[in-house]
Amino acid sequence: MLARHYIGESWKHGLLIIGALIVLIPFYMMVSMSLKSQQEIQSISGGLVGAQEIQTFPVCTKHGYTEEVCTMRPYKYNFWFAFKKAPIPRYLMNGLIVTVSIFLIQVLIALPCSYALAKLRFKGREFVFSMVLFCLLIPVHAIALPLYVMLAKAGLVDTYAALIIPWTISVFGIFLMRQFFMTVPDELIDAARMDGMGEYSIVWKVMLPVAIPALLAFAIFSVVAHWNDYFWPRIVITGNRDLFTPPLGIREFRGGIDSDEFGPMMASIVTVTIPLIVAFIVAQKRFVEGITMTGMK
Amino acid sequence: MGTIFLKNINKSFGSTEVLKQLSLDIQDGEFLTLVGPSGCGKSTLLKIIAGLEQQNSGDVIIDDKNVNSTRASKRDLAMVFQSYALYPHLTVRKNLETPLKLRDYSFVERLPLIGNFVPSRKEKKKSIDDLVFKTSETLKITELLDRKPGQLSGGQRQRAALGRAMVREPVAFLMDEPLSNLDAALRVHMRSELSELHNSLKTTFIYVTHDQAEALTMSTRMAVMIDGELLQLDTPSEVYNNPSSLRVAEFVGSPKINTFAAQISSDGSVEFMGIKLERKFNTNSQKALVAVRPEHLEITKDSNKPAFEATVSYRENLGSDIFYHVQVDQSESKIIVRGSPQAGLISNGETVRISPSHAEAMLFETSGERIR
Repeated sequence: MLARHYIGESWKHGLLIIGALIVLIPFYMMVSMSLKSQQEIQSISGGLVGAQEIQTFPVCTKHGYTEEVCTMRPYKYNFWFAFKKAPIPRYLMNGLIVTVSIFLIQVLIALPCSYALAKLRFKGREFVFSMVLFCLLIPVHAIALPLYVMLAKAGLVDTYAALIIPWTISVFGIFLMRQFFMTVPDELIDAARMDGMGEYSIVWKVMLPVAIPALLAFAIFSVVAHWNDYFWPRIVITGNRDLFTPPLGIREFRGGIDSDEFGPMMASIVTVTIPLIVAFIVAQKRFVEGITMTGMK
Repeated sequence: MGTIFLKNINKSFGSTEVLKQLSLDIQDGEFLTLVGPSGCGKSTLLKIIAGLEQQNSGDVIIDDKNVNSTRASKRDLAMVFQSYALYPHLTVRKNLETPLKLRDYSFVERLPLIGNFVPSRKEKKKSIDDLVFKTSETLKITELLDRKPGQLSGGQRQRAALGRAMVREPVAFLMDEPLSNLDAALRVHMRSELSELHNSLKTTFIYVTHDQAEALTMSTRMAVMIDGELLQLDTPSEVYNNPSSLRVAEFVGSPKINTFAAQISSDGSVEFMGIKLERKFNTNSQKALVAVRPEHLEITKDSNKPAFEATVSYRENLGSDIFYHVQVDQSESKIIVRGSPQAGLISNGETVRISPSHAEAMLFETSGERIR
C-alpha cells in the first residue's frame, strides 16, 4: 500500500524534474560556456567549469592587445574580454533607465485608470473595460510598423523616448490592477472620502499602499518583458550604440572576424541575466502573493 | 449643533426603488437608530446623509443648511463602518491623524518634506497630537497607537475606528452596523460602551442596524424602515408596545409577535380563537388580525378564564424564560408563548390552555394598519 503510494508520487516528481531540467539546461550551458575556453566549448568537454588552463587567446591578440595581456585563465578572459569588446555597463544602464521609466509611467497611468474602472460608477464603464480587454488581444508586432512611422515622423527614432513611449500605457497593467482593486472593500474608499481625501489622493495614498503586492507582480512582468525585449529596440535604435539595451548589446558578439567565440558572448549574457535573477529571488515571495491574490496563474 | 432633516428623499438604483419619499427629522444630541431587515435601504439612507451617495430627489439639511451639493468631507460628519475600514498600511496613530491633517493642513503643509518647512505646521501638528492623545485616552487605546490594524483584535479595531471618527469632533456620527463583526459577548459590552460614549459626547448619533436588540437597548428614538419606507419613528418602548402597523409589530420583538385571525361584529366587539376581547374597537371591517406578544399569552390552569387549547410541540429554554412553541388545531402556524421557569416545566406533547392578556392584544386590519 505504502510502496504503491510512493511509486505514484515518484512519477509525478519524475515528470516535474524532467520539466525543470528542460528549463534549467540552457542556463547550465550558458554558465558553463561562459567559464570555459573555446576549445572546450567546441569539443564539448570539461564539464561545468573546464580545465581552466592559462592560455593565450588568439582573438584577443587580433584585437591588438599584447600577448602578455591576452594570457590568462578562460573564465577571467571571457568576462574581461566581454567588457572590453562592448560597453556592457552602458548597456545595463540603458536597460535600467528604460525598464524603470517604463514601469513608473505605466504605474502612473494604470493606477488611476484601474481605480476608475473598478470603483467609480460612470456611464460606459463596462464598454471602456471591454475595450481594455480587447486591446490585450492586439499583438505588438501588428502595430510595430505604424508605431515606427509615427515615431520617425516625430523625429524620435534613436532616442530613449522611442524605447519608452510605446509601452507607457500597459493594458495588462490596467487589467491586473483593476482585478486587484475589485477586491478592495468599498468601505475603505468611503472612509477616505469621509476623511476628506480627493479621488487622486485616494489612488496614491490609499490604493497604492494597499496594492503593493499586486504592483510587485506587475513590476516583474513589466521589467522582465522590457529588459529582455529585442524586437522593439532593434527597430527604433538604428545606429547609436550609446542607446543599446542589453539584448541589442549581446548581438554585438555575433558576426565579424570572431563570430564563433562563444565564451565572451556567454559571459555577456550571464552579466545581463543576473540582475533579473537577483530581482526575482528578492521579490519572489511577494510576487507569488501578488499573482495568487489577483486570481491570475 | 447636530440637527439633520431629510425631506422626501427618493433613491433608486436602476429600476429598483430603494427609498421612497422618505422624510426624517433628527434632533441634536439624539441617538437615533435606523433599524430594518437587510435590504430595506437603511445603509443607503446613511450614505445619502454622509454624502457618499447622491439621492435622486429630496433634500438633506444639516444644521439648517442644505447640503445636497456639499461633498462628503465638507459635511462635518464622521462615519464608522462595519468592516472598520482602517487604513491597513498606517499605524493607529496615523489613522487617527489622517482626517485631522486633511482638514487642518493647507495643501503646501501636506506635501512630503516641503511641508516640514512651513512654520505654521508645527503648531497645527501639536494640536493634532493633543487631539489624538485625548481621543485615545477616552477610548483606552493609547498603548495601541503604534500598532497597525492587522495586529489588533476585532474589539480594538472597533475602538480605533471609533477614534478616527471622534478626533474630528463632528456634528454627528454615522454608524453602519459597527458591532456586527464582533462576537456576541463583545457586542453586548460595546453596546453599553457606545451608550456611555453618547452620553459623554452629547453628539448626534445615527446608527444603522438590523439587530433590533441594539436598537431597543441603545437608542433614544428608533426609526423602523421596511422596503424603503419609514414605518415608525418613536422611542423604543413606544415602538415595541404600540406599533403603528403589523409589519413593525412583526419586525420588532423576539420571538416574533403571534397573529390570529379575528372576526369583528357590528357592535365593534372582537372575537378570535373562541375568545371575546373585553375592549371594543371602532372599525367597519369584519375581518381583522389580533396580534399578541409571547409574554402576553399565559399558560393557565384556571378554567374560568377565557382560553384556547393547544399542544406544546417544542420548548426553548433560555434560563430566565421558557418559550413554548404550541400548535393550535385549526391553524397551521405555530404560536409562541412565554412561560416562567417557576411555573414548572411542561413537556412536549402536553395540551395546555392559553389565555391572552386582553389589555395588550392589538388589532390590525388585514392589510396591516393598526386599529385602535
